[in-house]
Amino acid sequence: MTALRGRLAGNPTIDQVRSFASAHRSLAIVAAMVVAGLILPILAQVPPFSGFQSLDVWIGGFSNAGVFVLLALGLNIVVGLAGLLDLGYAAFFAIGAYAYAYGSSPFSGQHFPFILMLMVGALVAATFGVLLGAPTLRLRGDYLAIVTLGFGEIVPIVFLNSDKYTQGTNGIGGLYKPEIPGVEFTLLNPWPFYVLMLVIVTIVMVLIYRVQESRIGRAWMAIREDELAAASNGLNTVTTKLLAFALGASTAGFAGVFNAAKLTLVSPDQFGSTVSFAILAMVVLGGMGNIWGVALGAFVIYTIQIVILKQLNAFFGDNHIPILQDINFVQYQFLLYGLALVLMMLFRPEGLFPSQRRKRELRAHDAAATESEAVAAMDQA
Amino acid sequence: MTSVARSASPASAPSLIRRFRLIGFSLIGIAVYFLILRLMLGNTGTATQQVANALTLGAIYALVALGYTMVYGIIELINFAHGDVFMVGSFVALWTVTSDPWFQAIGLHQTGTVTALPLLALYLLVMFAVSMTVVGLLNVTIERLAYRPLRHAPRVAPLITAIGVSLILQNVIQIIVGTGDRPSPKIIPQDAFPFLGAEIRFVNVFIVVTALILMYILTLFVGRTRLGRAMRATAQDQQAAQLMGVDLNQTIAITFLIGGALAGAAGVFQSQYFGFVRFDLGFNAGLKAFTAAVLGGIGNLTGAVLGGFLIAFVEVFAAANGQQRWSQAIVFVVLITVLVFRPAGLLGQQIGERA
Repeated sequence: MTALRGRLAGNPTIDQVRSFASAHRSLAIVAAMVVAGLILPILAQVPPFSGFQSLDVWIGGFSNAGVFVLLALGLNIVVGLAGLLDLGYAAFFAIGAYAYAYGSSPFSGQHFPFILMLMVGALVAATFGVLLGAPTLRLRGDYLAIVTLGFGEIVPIVFLNSDKYTQGTNGIGGLYKPEIPGVEFTLLNPWPFYVLMLVIVTIVMVLIYRVQESRIGRAWMAIREDELAAASNGLNTVTTKLLAFALGASTAGFAGVFNAAKLTLVSPDQFGSTVSFAILAMVVLGGMGNIWGVALGAFVIYTIQIVILKQLNAFFGDNHIPILQDINFVQYQFLLYGLALVLMMLFRPEGLFPSQRRKRELRAHDAAATESEAVAAMDQA
Repeated sequence: MTSVARSASPASAPSLIRRFRLIGFSLIGIAVYFLILRLMLGNTGTATQQVANALTLGAIYALVALGYTMVYGIIELINFAHGDVFMVGSFVALWTVTSDPWFQAIGLHQTGTVTALPLLALYLLVMFAVSMTVVGLLNVTIERLAYRPLRHAPRVAPLITAIGVSLILQNVIQIIVGTGDRPSPKIIPQDAFPFLGAEIRFVNVFIVVTALILMYILTLFVGRTRLGRAMRATAQDQQAAQLMGVDLNQTIAITFLIGGALAGAAGVFQSQYFGFVRFDLGFNAGLKAFTAAVLGGIGNLTGAVLGGFLIAFVEVFAAANGQQRWSQAIVFVVLITVLVFRPAGLLGQQIGERA
């Protein structure tokens, strides 16, 4: 990254672009997303990627990856910006999806427009976030982790067991597709979903970016770095944390509504604890606190998980490479997540694409550790 | 964090009274629970049976909860991997039985049951020894590799590695044994004796008694030995303890060793009582045991045991009402309720935010 910057510096046009981009970050995000949106379909047609699967499958996969990008962006607010650990994030994803199922399916007999449901889903998820956060955010941070873990476990159980209202395991099917004038959403054509996803992700990124750079964002970071100091400086830590929690939940609500509308089916097994852990792994790997980092992390991990692991199986299987051909890489997915979480926290806690500020903070303990080792060495002597 | 220290002070006169009071309260609690079940079910035999089930389940939860509470008491970390450590314990217990050549040589593995008492005692002893040692050492290894390097890191860092370790343990076991239930031979005979209109199996009695013995040994260890004193000192104030010559790393490692050993014992109970083990049973058990630890007051040993039994009582109560599938949700509601109204737990003290 820095090497690239070094090489690009000195070129006047690039410098102009860069200064414009840093002065208008929101525009820069929009521009970058447009470029990414154009490049991805082209990339999917270039070997070796074109050999993996057809363009339509790639495009469908990209919009699914977009769901995870949204989820990672939302979880990043909670974990990366406010420093709270949410281990049941998929619960809000589920709540958003079921909200859409109630608002727009033959099962409920309602048919509200998609855009409205997007807002409703986010609102309902945020409400649950507040309901869950209000009692627990007053407590120490680690209680929140376990309560959210429990919540993430309970929400699918509730949807599973209340068969009268949710059709239990079967879930609610036949949800209506989004209806936007001039665009036709069908199962066969993945492009409208792809564009819609790009638009949603872009809007969410701009919103999150603007919140992050505002007073609220600074308050989150202050709480993350030292809650006591933040409180002493007159910050209402409970409401600030609650806001992070609610915003994170509402982003998951967006993702839930989109995912439900794309799959036209919601069922409890889509939202297990494994989804929460996968999103957490994406945020940690991407780089907690850095919007582009987590977005990229989520996209790359999702693509690896869905496409590359399968290709590895096929590749080693076809070429009869001993040992490797017997390994089912897809099965090892969560083992890889687990290893990634541990190794990243130990060796590169700031993630692959770090935010500078978070890096300093997470690396601060190294300095402290060296100091205490020095003291211990002095004791020995 | 004085609660660990307080709960296990050496047996002086007041603590003796306290101990008897504790036993008295426990018996009253069990009696009340029995009466409630008796009223609800309208049948003494069934009520007795349910109380026996609840006590057995409670003993298992309590042992796992002790591991959570000890680790939290000493380094203020919610060890998410602890439930999975317990799960590994149940598998080690299973493997100890099924891979034992003697066991197969005498042909006992057919039915699983060992009827000769000395042989049974020997087998159980081996099972406990192997499971407790292996799982205790596993827990120490986890601490050494995943938590110790992050002792000075922001609080969220070790929590994330704990989740990672939990995923690793679950998936390694899943890769080894697959996803389904693995049947585990019950070597304790399924004989029962009549008691208050119910048929109580010996295995229930065995589990409750063994668990109580282990808890008593733990109390003695924490309260009376040098290492136990080091643990209590570390729980109160790490730096001060270090200045007094306590080896911090060693003390924390021993805490993990003991917590893991207790989870290993609980794993033996799991395999013997339920007769099956699964790669993902640690998740739910861990959540329940953690709730138990919070309910009793995290960091407090007596509290963890109390919480373990209470959670089991609640769960069995739900099951007796035919609401088995909601038991997990009910436990979660209990957790939230405790956190809202009495975050320090039943026996804990209010803990301030760490500066």
